[in-house]
Amino acid sequence: MTTKLETLPTPGKKSGGAGKPTNRKPRVRESRGTLAFSRAQRGKSLMKHGILILAGALMIYPLLWMVVSSLRPNELIFREPGLWLNSLEMSNYTSGWSALTHPFGHYMLNSAIVVIGSILGNLVSCSMAAYAFARLQFTGKKLFFGIMLLTIMLPFHVVIVPQYILFSQIGWVNTFWPLLVPKLLATDAFFVFLMVQFIRGIPRELDEAARIDGAGHPRIFLRVILPLMVPALATTTIFTFIWTWNDFFGALIYLTDPDMFTVPVALRAFVDSQSATSWGSLFAMSIVSLLPVFLVFLFGQRFLIKGIATTGIK
Amino acid sequence: MSAISELSSITRRKGKATAEEKKANKRDNKAAYIFLLPWLVGLGAITIGPMLMSLYLSFTDYNLLQPPEWTGLHNFTRMLSDARLHNSLRVTFTYVFVGVPLQLGVALLIALVLDKGLRGLPFYRSVFYLPSLLGGSVAVAILWKQIFGTTGLVNQVLAMFGIQGPGWISDPSTALGSIILLHVWTFGAPMIIFLAGLRQIPNMYYEAAKVDGASTLQQFWRITLPMLSPIIFFNLVLQIIGSFQSFTQAFIVSGGNGGPSDSTMFFTLYLYQKGFGQFDMGYASAMAWVLLLIIGVFTAINFIASKYWVFYDD
Repeated sequence: MTTKLETLPTPGKKSGGAGKPTNRKPRVRESRGTLAFSRAQRGKSLMKHGILILAGALMIYPLLWMVVSSLRPNELIFREPGLWLNSLEMSNYTSGWSALTHPFGHYMLNSAIVVIGSILGNLVSCSMAAYAFARLQFTGKKLFFGIMLLTIMLPFHVVIVPQYILFSQIGWVNTFWPLLVPKLLATDAFFVFLMVQFIRGIPRELDEAARIDGAGHPRIFLRVILPLMVPALATTTIFTFIWTWNDFFGALIYLTDPDMFTVPVALRAFVDSQSATSWGSLFAMSIVSLLPVFLVFLFGQRFLIKGIATTGIK
Repeated sequence: MSAISELSSITRRKGKATAEEKKANKRDNKAAYIFLLPWLVGLGAITIGPMLMSLYLSFTDYNLLQPPEWTGLHNFTRMLSDARLHNSLRVTFTYVFVGVPLQLGVALLIALVLDKGLRGLPFYRSVFYLPSLLGGSVAVAILWKQIFGTTGLVNQVLAMFGIQGPGWISDPSTALGSIILLHVWTFGAPMIIFLAGLRQIPNMYYEAAKVDGASTLQQFWRITLPMLSPIIFFNLVLQIIGSFQSFTQAFIVSGGNGGPSDSTMFFTLYLYQKGFGQFDMGYASAMAWVLLLIIGVFTAINFIASKYWVFYDD
């Protein structure tokens, strides 16, 4: 193959070839013969595309197959691994939509309420905390900042039992408050950190200029910093959307009344209630539930990728 | 800079005020605490308060109805003889220590192939990233349940080659493997972090190496890997912490019971069953603290070990 000149770092070579490179002759010739070089380059890039297309297809195939299967008569789901559709069968969607106590739209509305509340909560509370950490000097700053970073890594399970006891004593089980109040109180420390990072990149001269003009901290925060940190706010919005939309554990614990179900717990109730033969409608509702995340991904990709690349949490 | 390097730099910088801190020597405590108020309330009421409460509960017998009864170390000694708990630890450790290296290995491999101005990079990146946004959802867990079922997609494909596959998720020896595969499938997020890290490596290192006649493999071992080691470390720490807390996939795929024969009974699933199935809140709290301890120990080991293999270029 033409790819011999340049070795691709594949796993086999990584593990097997530790001793090899020293025996190999230096490949200075590469840069000399331009024709051979470009052919090798092309071969290499072709092979790369080959690997990527294969891997990508493997990754996406299950999702595509789920979409196609949801448009098929039920019995085909168990014997048609291909993606070919003979006819469009919408019945899975109509039967899935009304399979539970409420129409599926009811659960989507519940999810939407929790998602919007969480986004607003995170935007307000995290940006305020971030401003203090990034711009203000105060007693205990280092300690608090360290604690804030540690809470990013704190497992939810350590607080869930007392939190549940607390919220059930207030009478908040089967309301959205246990899911919303923590967001209003900036407990998603990841976003505080993300915003601190962002604010640190904003030139301090802008604050100073505003201060000379007589602006206090609330004003500097609202008029100078917030408008400049829109990208960080966008990243926060998108991540909060996706994580809250997918959140299963919190909803499982706090929402037991079907009236209050969000999409993930509704789907779970669907799986448990249906016999194995109704995969079609189950798939259909699964796809309906993934659609908002997919759309957010499609339009907000830029912020997502920037967000993880700079702060690096999934 | 990542949360992790930030944390370690706080401990490294101990006592030394940075120039920036000296300049803004005057403190504005009042403003700072007002901005921090939501976060501080959250820290007390949603995080630290419940943490201490769960520490207390871990030494009690508590079922939500009667007041907690102090039982000393009883919950912890019970754990020593709880075979299901031991099994759940084994399952969780297998998941973490097989799933995380596999996932990161694939992420790194694909990032290496994707790196350096490949045509269509944004497209490939999106394709690989999408699953990690959807992977945490109930919908994808449902899909997985079908794919790896007895008449699922995998066995349909195998049947085309005349192979009769087992019921992957109904067979105790392969059920956990299917869930690990789901984890590997979500390699997109760490891949993006790797890509960002690869882009930070100055090209001149490679050029210099080429002049000296280093092979691609040598370049990988001597330049790419050391330069990328802080990112690998970062991904490793985060993925290990996150994987120990994995819940949704095992819950949905196993129908909430961690089966077959407890083969997918994650520690968190068992904790949920104890706490919210049997309302054995004292025991669940003790388990939560054990989980925190385990995560803490492995994170500490990671940090200590990092001194020997992570290379900081500063």
